[in-house]
Amino acid sequence: MIALSINGQDTQVDVPDDMPLLWVLRDVLGLNGTKFGCGMAQCGACTVHLDGEAVRSCVLPVTGAVGKKITTIEGLSATDLGKRVQQAWLGIEVAQCGYCQTGQIMSAAALLTQKPTPTDEDIDTAMSGNLCRCGTYVRIRAAIKQAATGQITLPQTIA
Amino acid sequence: MMLRVDPAQEEIELQNPMRREWLKRGGLVVAFMWLGGVSRVWGFPEGTRLNADDPRFAPNAFVRVGSDGSIQLVMPCIEMGQGAYTGQATLLAEELDVGLDQITVEHAPANRKLYANPLLGDQATGGSTTIRFCWTSLRDAGAAARSMLVAAAAQRWKVDASQCTVTRGVVTHTSSGRTLRYGELANAAANLAPPAKPVLKDPKDFQLIGKPMRRVDTPGKVDGTLPFGIDIRVPGMKVATVRACPTFGGTLASVDDTRARAIPGVLKVVRLDNAVAVIGEHFWAAKKGLDALTIQWNLGAGRDFSTEQLFKDLADASEHGTPILGREVGNVDKVSGKVVSATYQLPLLAHATMEPINATVHVRPDGCDIWVGTQVPARCVDVAMRVTGLPAERIQVHNQYMGGGFGRRLFEDSVGQAVGIARQVDYPVKVIWTREEDIAQDRYRPAYYDRISATLDDQGRPLAWTDRTTGASVLATFAPPAMGKNGLDSDLVECAAELPYEVPNLRVDWVRHDMPNGVPIGWWRGVGPTHNVFVVESFVDELAHTVGKDPVEYRRAILGDNPRAKAVLELAVEKSGWGKGDMPARHGRGMALAAPFGSYLCVVTDVEVSPQGEVMLRRAVAVVDCGTVVNPNTVEAQVQGGLVFGWSAAMYSGITLKNGAVEQRNFNDYRVLRLNQTPPIEVYLVPSKESPGGIGETGTVMAMPSLTNAIFAATGVRLRTLPIDRSALAQNKDALKSVLSATSSASSTGRLA
Repeated sequence: MIALSINGQDTQVDVPDDMPLLWVLRDVLGLNGTKFGCGMAQCGACTVHLDGEAVRSCVLPVTGAVGKKITTIEGLSATDLGKRVQQAWLGIEVAQCGYCQTGQIMSAAALLTQKPTPTDEDIDTAMSGNLCRCGTYVRIRAAIKQAATGQITLPQTIA
Repeated sequence: MMLRVDPAQEEIELQNPMRREWLKRGGLVVAFMWLGGVSRVWGFPEGTRLNADDPRFAPNAFVRVGSDGSIQLVMPCIEMGQGAYTGQATLLAEELDVGLDQITVEHAPANRKLYANPLLGDQATGGSTTIRFCWTSLRDAGAAARSMLVAAAAQRWKVDASQCTVTRGVVTHTSSGRTLRYGELANAAANLAPPAKPVLKDPKDFQLIGKPMRRVDTPGKVDGTLPFGIDIRVPGMKVATVRACPTFGGTLASVDDTRARAIPGVLKVVRLDNAVAVIGEHFWAAKKGLDALTIQWNLGAGRDFSTEQLFKDLADASEHGTPILGREVGNVDKVSGKVVSATYQLPLLAHATMEPINATVHVRPDGCDIWVGTQVPARCVDVAMRVTGLPAERIQVHNQYMGGGFGRRLFEDSVGQAVGIARQVDYPVKVIWTREEDIAQDRYRPAYYDRISATLDDQGRPLAWTDRTTGASVLATFAPPAMGKNGLDSDLVECAAELPYEVPNLRVDWVRHDMPNGVPIGWWRGVGPTHNVFVVESFVDELAHTVGKDPVEYRRAILGDNPRAKAVLELAVEKSGWGKGDMPARHGRGMALAAPFGSYLCVVTDVEVSPQGEVMLRRAVAVVDCGTVVNPNTVEAQVQGGLVFGWSAAMYSGITLKNGAVEQRNFNDYRVLRLNQTPPIEVYLVPSKESPGGIGETGTVMAMPSLTNAIFAATGVRLRTLPIDRSALAQNKDALKSVLSATSSASSTGRLA
């Protein structure tokens, strides 16, 4: 059995040591918010936090997460920052198909934890590993700034 | 609902018992027309209650009101990111007089009779048709439901319905102030007859249409709770992954599964005619099992096929093949003047939706359930019938949210395969393709080879215009009966036959050259217009430079009487600052103007090209007239996203085949644009009272020529082959070599010499 701490809860899983964390989350624990996109850390759809840092769970063997705090999209709203990022995402309506967005949001939240007021270059660096085929990048950039500063620069949707 | 299609006409007459409309046709539109026969959108055959078990008020196929006050809206077109659910719900809710926060949306079940898109003649989502299809039909449906609920209230109060108003699902008798909620009226309304002709709101009274309403599907997309097809879990389900023969038309010869079966968690190895699947307790076991197989393929006749050869064959067919006429105006052969000619070449493209292809299937002796995100639910039933032999009524398709479609999910090949796997076991199986399988087994946008030429008058304006495209027909494989009488696939000439410009003599034709050896082809975002607008708008730019005119001035001179095109052009000039101020060296600004899918767009893209030939997008301005706007936030998002999709393809994407197999495998060698490469994109909407045009694919259509025209402005190099060849743009070849060795190499499409 392998002991994991996911979203503040301790969990035991009986899986092969080399199984990527992504498939433990999805197929064993039913945490489906973390997505499969490429299987080789090219697209970022599988991004989760390991002790607050963004990692690609599709290439991280589950044993690499032992003893660390794993946060997935399902646990992100436990922090004010997480909520703020999700609110900004809705406020300017970033998501289209939405498949990559949980990974985008996890990368954005990790960035804002380390750099509360990121520059454009910081955003480029932190977010260039997350692909979006719907092409929502312009709004991702704006949502990160809105989450960081609270300043509204784009029209907000009407809920 | 009756549909009359006259191949000689450019328009379709759409006869809804309530309305009569004319809609411009396009290739994908024609594609479906002959498939499902006629479809009825209006009315609901079971009456005004859903069914015996469910007494909800159901005045038509789209509206359900429960006596508990719940309101469900059923979505005939699927959601793949384009905002279709919000748009459709807005049209229904507007006329029903409820808020989007008061409703839930449901995926329509597979049912051609109730949910066929009359523009496509089948239950399908594509061709940027959703809002065009739903603009009247769903408002009619909402208005009919509203009038019945109001009539029920008026009856109870014994007053005239005209004395009642509705706000957010509450009916008020104006003079007495009495109120009743829709839930309280649902039972009574279900006993009334639907109105013969529902009265629609005056557009000035719209509460939702035209406003940036929040999407109905996005709250669950930011907290991870919204399930996509790949997220389905059903009791007893196992997970499979699959590998098909790398050559198309090849078959499975033999497989040694000794090592695979020894892997913990591997349950079964399933053999299909042209593929092998491994079923496991979870995806990881299945994937390890698949990688442990030793597979022998019969590669078949396609084993020697290459895209290098394909482009040689296309060029040969263009010269020597028999053209099929797309459109002829005047006589191009009787015109003399300066002749300008060019040849363009476009590669095969994959879709690479973020959500890899998947389907979950449970086949039992008495039925089959399929959970999948699909653009064609009824076609999924058809394929499951063929594979299982079960009748249609025993097959249930549970449609799901899609992690991108872009045309890939107009094809049910993977669903048929998943049913073929699931029928070999007695438990439900979720089949997930790896990204490698997704890229190598796609339905590719065909390659095209286009020769275009213009004869110019003494002002430099085109007196004659000829445009010959050569390539395969998606329509011929997708919907053979939809081909034109003379063998024309109108997708091949869409936006080439009908130019926004004044050209007195024109001949546009097509040489059909099918993909050899069963290489599968399919619809791709922007379909015909993505291909043709690249060629036409690149060539217009060439003509402008040939005669020494600014590309904007040149377009103004040849536009003729085309007020909507002129309006988007002029606003784009203003907003982009076209012609104002000098640009730095190796910076350039490019324009594209077109009218795809019943909308008008002008896009200006700014680029910088490094001495090594790297292209950096700096800014884009898009001006859009898509008629009446249902949701401006969605229009902006679709245009921004569509541009990124098109630039991605132009910058990096191309599928190549060698020895019959696709060479690309994942996002490392099928590259797409990333956030750090995406410029600011400004979108401006031109106010319009025209009927809505399509929007989902328009950005993609405009992206490629605006980019390559900008590259020409920056470097003087005309790129007539996609994806762009950075080596052609480098000032310093040695510097380029070091860049190329440090990054993924650009794919090598057989290039024009």
